[in-house]
Amino acid sequence: MSHAHHGGGASVTAEGVSRIALVGSPNSGKSTLFNALSGLHTRTGNYPGVTVARYEGLVQTPAGQVVVEDLPGTYSLDPISPDEKVVEEILDPDDGIHPTPDAVIATVDATTLRRSLGLIAQVLTVGLPTTVIVTFTDELARRNGHLDLAALERALGVPVRAIAAGDPRATDELRAHLDHAAHWGTPLVPPPTAPDEVTGWITSVLDSAGYRVPEVDARTRRIDNVVLHPVWGTILFFVTMFAFFQVIFTVAAPVQGLVQSFFDWLAALAQTYVPIGWLASFLSQGLIGGVGAVVVFLPQIALLFVLISILEGTGYMSRAAFLMDRVMAKAGLEGRAFVALLSSLACAIPGIMATRSLPSAKDRLATMMAAPLMTCSARLPVYVMLISLLVPSEIRLGPFGAQGAVMFLLYLGGAIASMGTAWFFSKVTGRRQGQLPFYMEMPPYRMPKLSTVLHAVWDACAAFLRKMSTVILGATVVMWLLLSLPMPSAQRLQEAGIDRTDQAAVATYTLNHSAAAALGKAIEPVFEPLGFDWRINIGIISSLTARETFVSTMGQVASASDPANPGTALERMTVEHGPRAGEPLFTPPVIASLMVFFMFALQCMATMAVMRRETGTWKWPLIAWGYMFTLAWVFAFLTRLVVGALT
Amino acid sequence: MSQITVLLSERTVDHSPDASFEPASRGMDELLEGEVALVSRVCHGSDPAAARRLFDLGFTPGATVSKIRRAPFGGPAVYRVADYEIALRPAQARTIVVEGTYAPSSAA
Repeated sequence: MSHAHHGGGASVTAEGVSRIALVGSPNSGKSTLFNALSGLHTRTGNYPGVTVARYEGLVQTPAGQVVVEDLPGTYSLDPISPDEKVVEEILDPDDGIHPTPDAVIATVDATTLRRSLGLIAQVLTVGLPTTVIVTFTDELARRNGHLDLAALERALGVPVRAIAAGDPRATDELRAHLDHAAHWGTPLVPPPTAPDEVTGWITSVLDSAGYRVPEVDARTRRIDNVVLHPVWGTILFFVTMFAFFQVIFTVAAPVQGLVQSFFDWLAALAQTYVPIGWLASFLSQGLIGGVGAVVVFLPQIALLFVLISILEGTGYMSRAAFLMDRVMAKAGLEGRAFVALLSSLACAIPGIMATRSLPSAKDRLATMMAAPLMTCSARLPVYVMLISLLVPSEIRLGPFGAQGAVMFLLYLGGAIASMGTAWFFSKVTGRRQGQLPFYMEMPPYRMPKLSTVLHAVWDACAAFLRKMSTVILGATVVMWLLLSLPMPSAQRLQEAGIDRTDQAAVATYTLNHSAAAALGKAIEPVFEPLGFDWRINIGIISSLTARETFVSTMGQVASASDPANPGTALERMTVEHGPRAGEPLFTPPVIASLMVFFMFALQCMATMAVMRRETGTWKWPLIAWGYMFTLAWVFAFLTRLVVGALT
Repeated sequence: MSQITVLLSERTVDHSPDASFEPASRGMDELLEGEVALVSRVCHGSDPAAARRLFDLGFTPGATVSKIRRAPFGGPAVYRVADYEIALRPAQARTIVVEGTYAPSSAA
């Protein structure tokens, strides 16, 4: 299967190239090795049918190229999670589900060799040509441990190479080594796998390799005495998470503002210089608006992955998860899910992408289902507008403004609903897959590698642009078509008595006679019990591109002089027909029910697209949309009843 | 099911016929901070797969374990085994039976 390569270049297909799988436990330096080997020539995807991300890289070697596949980290080939099952299925030649690689690279952390050799024994039993890469040899030496690599190679019966941090020469040697993957060989006598024999085998391998156990890392102990302290550790955790949230929320926001202004400026240019009205509108709102809607997420995603890979690279992520485990266990999750939910307070897109750091597919799914309920920043403008309609700013509850109190309730409601959802989904999926035992390695504190951080950011941004741009752009264009077609002719405008030079009036007329308006009227029966009429429905339809669009669309619907700030225009709107005809449309029960609707409903196509990308199927985004819509409808209905009874 | 899966999933890490604790032994969760002990058994209980995983994580009969620290409010605890540190929840730690505990020390 593995042919040496000649010629290279563009004609090379993945068919004739040998495939090498990277196996190793989490924290064993596996992904660092993967990044060093494949550089930026990586491809991410999903394994069919499971929520497990797949990473492949094309490695240039002296004789051509090989494909390296970075398998999910695992402590054993005896799988207890879908991620580990993928590793086992790929490595097992008797398994027809995934193609078996031509050779295997197994990474072991030199400082945890005793535990890691158990996995090595299992990998060697598979019988594929194998090379063992020993990582963190520099740390082993620093902590006064010792390992004779040549003796380890003799004891294991397969090639053993060491890679110390940031040594480009070792990487080059390894590239050359990859060309001979077919000749790596397998041990003459495979290691035992029976529990009472494998411990003895490990001890004999360690003895013959002259292994001296590294001293306990004194620095890590000292840091942990503070970081894991019941009081100081907890305080530090909240300070860290607050800083984390601040960076995602307040540092990313101005950058996103700049991106937004740039696209607004482009859109204005198109509007001014394109003479044909419909084309100008399509270019500015459909196309430029759509591209802007994609790019605007990038600052947040990049920052999030900088922070997450620093938290993971240093080892603090495990500590944070350790401290939060008790709380998160109540929702059926593990400590690490906290970071994903926290990120979702800025935006569910990075929040859902942050679930990649969760080792179990079950937790990943439950967290993804819960993330969109956290109050994201796009809900904020909607809430601000609705609250100002509902509660006069001068009303105070003790020392607090009533407006702030309502905002707090909306955040709290979102968080509670989110935790409840996580609990529900982890129970449902847990029943089918069985509860996984929880365990978490506490690696020594290490300096995060710049290359690892950059790779994480690059991977996340590239995957987002590649997989999301078409969906979000397409959705924005479709939405533009819905909101601006059919274009009213000059004659129609004249008949309606509208001055063609009054742009706001024309926009309102177009919108109120658009396909979206027809759709809004068609779905009126669905939203009638919540007190929404077809004009609010237009706003809800338009908010599918991004929730904050609701504000400006309602401004256009109400023909507000300043669509970005439509409060007064909305207050003047009255119900058109039915028993409430002539009464104000935005009564307190309707406003409250609208707020609750936005609190729960998944009014965001980008979130659905990223869920599709992370789970590999449309099933989960559709389930999420369905359950969130049901929650939103039911609670909005109840809210309208309760507020209606109170006022 | 394939060869490796069968081979690994048929492993028995707990040879004791019944689930009852031996008199002189206790669950690993009961260790005090700093206390060192030997693993005597990883109980199969109702979840043999979990027992096999704990075995693969280094909790093998005869291995030295020590409890490093607890999380506040009855959360997980950090243990040292097979030359590294790992956090387990009390429910998992309970399935690991330890014996021959000795006084708190700074053992490696």
